[in-house]
Amino acid sequence: MLEKELSKEKAKSSKQITGAEALILSLLEEGVDTVFGYPGGAIMPIYDALYDYQDKINHILVRHEQGAVHAAQGYARVSDKAGVCFATSGPGATNLVTGIADAQIDSTPLVCITGQVASHLLGTDAFQETDVIGISMPITKWNLQVTKPEDIPAAVARAFYIARSGRPGPVLLDITKDAQFGKLHYKYEKCEKIRSYRPYPKLNMGDVDKAVELINKAKKPFILAGHGVLISGAENELRQFAEKTGIPVAVTLLGLSAIPTDHQLYVGFLGMHGNYGPNIKTNECDLLIAVGMRFDDRVTGDISKYAKQAKVIHIEIDPSEINKIVKADVAVNSDAKEALKALSERVSKASHEKWMQEFRDCKKLEYEKVEQHDLYPGGKGLKMAEVVRLISEKASADAIIVTDVGQHQMVTSRYYNYRKPNTNITSGGLGTMGFALPAAIGAKVGKPGSDVIAIIGDGGFQMTLQELGTINQSKMPVKIVILNNNFLGMVRQWQQLFYEKRYSSVEMINPDFVMIAKGFNIESAKVTERSDIEAAIGKMLDHKGSYLLEVVVEKEENVFPMVPTGASVAEIRLE
Amino acid sequence: MTKQFTVSVFTENKIGLMNRIAIIFTRRRMNIERITVSESEVKGVARITIVVNTTRDAVDKLARQVEKLTEVLKAFVHEDHEVIYQEMALYKMSAKTLSHAAAAKFVKENNARILVEEPEYIVIEKTGTKEETEKLFLELEKYGVLEFARSGRVVVTKPMKELKTYLKELEIELV
Ligand SMILES: Cc1ncc(C[n+]2csc(CCOP(=O)(O)OP(=O)(O)O)c2C)c(N)n1
Repeated sequence: MLEKELSKEKAKSSKQITGAEALILSLLEEGVDTVFGYPGGAIMPIYDALYDYQDKINHILVRHEQGAVHAAQGYARVSDKAGVCFATSGPGATNLVTGIADAQIDSTPLVCITGQVASHLLGTDAFQETDVIGISMPITKWNLQVTKPEDIPAAVARAFYIARSGRPGPVLLDITKDAQFGKLHYKYEKCEKIRSYRPYPKLNMGDVDKAVELINKAKKPFILAGHGVLISGAENELRQFAEKTGIPVAVTLLGLSAIPTDHQLYVGFLGMHGNYGPNIKTNECDLLIAVGMRFDDRVTGDISKYAKQAKVIHIEIDPSEINKIVKADVAVNSDAKEALKALSERVSKASHEKWMQEFRDCKKLEYEKVEQHDLYPGGKGLKMAEVVRLISEKASADAIIVTDVGQHQMVTSRYYNYRKPNTNITSGGLGTMGFALPAAIGAKVGKPGSDVIAIIGDGGFQMTLQELGTINQSKMPVKIVILNNNFLGMVRQWQQLFYEKRYSSVEMINPDFVMIAKGFNIESAKVTERSDIEAAIGKMLDHKGSYLLEVVVEKEENVFPMVPTGASVAEIRLE
Repeated sequence: MTKQFTVSVFTENKIGLMNRIAIIFTRRRMNIERITVSESEVKGVARITIVVNTTRDAVDKLARQVEKLTEVLKAFVHEDHEVIYQEMALYKMSAKTLSHAAAAKFVKENNARILVEEPEYIVIEKTGTKEETEKLFLELEKYGVLEFARSGRVVVTKPMKELKTYLKELEIELV
């Protein structure tokens, strides 16, 4: 009897399965519940294997592979999982490129799986053969071509480990068709270590002590919080550190929502279209404490005139970011959460009331010069800011705001009140128009309990509007607000300010967005009058399913403040 | 100020890694002067030696970008005085223009050797610094060099701390 059991067991373990099925099983081992993808010849065995696992893996069929990768990004950014997408070889794979580059620069964990032609055809210019490994090399954290079925489980394990650990990023597995077809004895082992890869640098207490000394001595210290705070889940640690030391906190574009915007120490958003105070005070503080941010040029402006008077503490997990742009007086090479915790325990309690007052004075000036005109405009035309502020007031605290790229993105970043962590999803480093609509779908899948509101320009919406089809098919209730100014607004603003108003290819003759939404079975409405906007937003938010609200806004509105390219942060213009 | 630096990269020996590393250089518009790939004293670890002309700041940043690659164990940056290095050059000479006696003289004077002697041609081998192999080239040029090739740099470092110790410090397990 026992013998029989044993031999049955043996037969089971020696039963071979296909590489494609092994891939699906491996994904399940990694806790994957959703895949965003699009099938094609070279990935058909994987789709065939997926057929048997439809109850375990929700495959969201997008309308273009760029949609798949942005959706996977949205999913990853709201959950603590890697986003997964499938694409076929050749054009399927190359359509992923924009999103992979976006995920790389914004440190978003993705596992992209592409089908590839059979290994004997590699390098022969076979039908739909593209060197996706070569193409994606500079834009992935890691990639690998798999040509043997037995290599699939270990490759998947490695892929997830690398994508998620340390500073996260996108990885790509390119799996040849013969590896998908071929058979293997399946056995899965999670990857927990790669000897050449050290994702978590050990916190050096000597550095912490040096940082503490600078912090305790500083008269005008200033915290710049970046995406790293959210990635490491250090929102509470950031808050505790700031509260104990009484230090004002500004955030980068991707750091938005790392601290509630109504926190008394929150002073605003940094950079080119950021708030006045944080930019001006960067060049007046005596200590910059940069946490999980990388001194992007959109934040620093002219680097030769950036915070020259200040000492700099740089808390950063990726050693290659330290001293890359700004020389750190004290570098704390570590995970943000760990570093902030250690700092909080050691710093003295302090308050910087006079210094905080300087920020409040800046805010007052900014309000008078800019914000009140944006929020309560005298003219007839609707302004983006008043629409965003109304959405902010009506949306629940945990609503996820997904923005595209352009003026509406900057206005949302300035006027939306982010109350909970990870409620801001946007394309920061790459500035990818077309990101928001698919990313919103992914965010909704990743966090079905939260409302997801995408705020998009009329230009960017038309870059990926085919994903309305995905919304229609997957029944993902996403709210879409198009702030329609009939212009590529941000480019138009630059042409107005820096190119003598020579409007070159920035005017948009737009389709009827309401009709388009209808065509995809999505409820929609259009608002042109101030008197209708509040009710329209209310209706959208109350609506059970997806909803598209087109808001016609002023055509030639400009976003201020603004640090012109090449200028110093101190030269920020209020008008 | 630009200087010559040797970047020694210790890596897992994986397909495509050279490409990955080269991309890091080209993206920063840094020209690779010479490159050599070989095994290292640690089993399974390859050593890639890259010579660049650049500034200290740029090469340090670059080394950190290289180290960031998942398969890279460590990248060291050295100035020329911190390393012992050699390059090997081969000179193919026509036996018609360079007599055996003349060849023997050059070989002796330059601490080189005759590798191959055929009725039609002579191949001279010289190991040394770039300056030394260059010098011999200039001397032989008058006789018409049929072919010339020089290897990348082969380097060992002067500091006594060996790779294994570094790797141990980084808690990298050695197989
Ligand atoms: C894929 C892509 N192409 C071009 C750009 C350059 N670009 C940045 S903002 C912008 C205008 C965006 O216009 P719209 O989507 O209407 O938003 P608005 O600025 O009007 O709010 C353009 C063209 C970009 N960021 N991404």
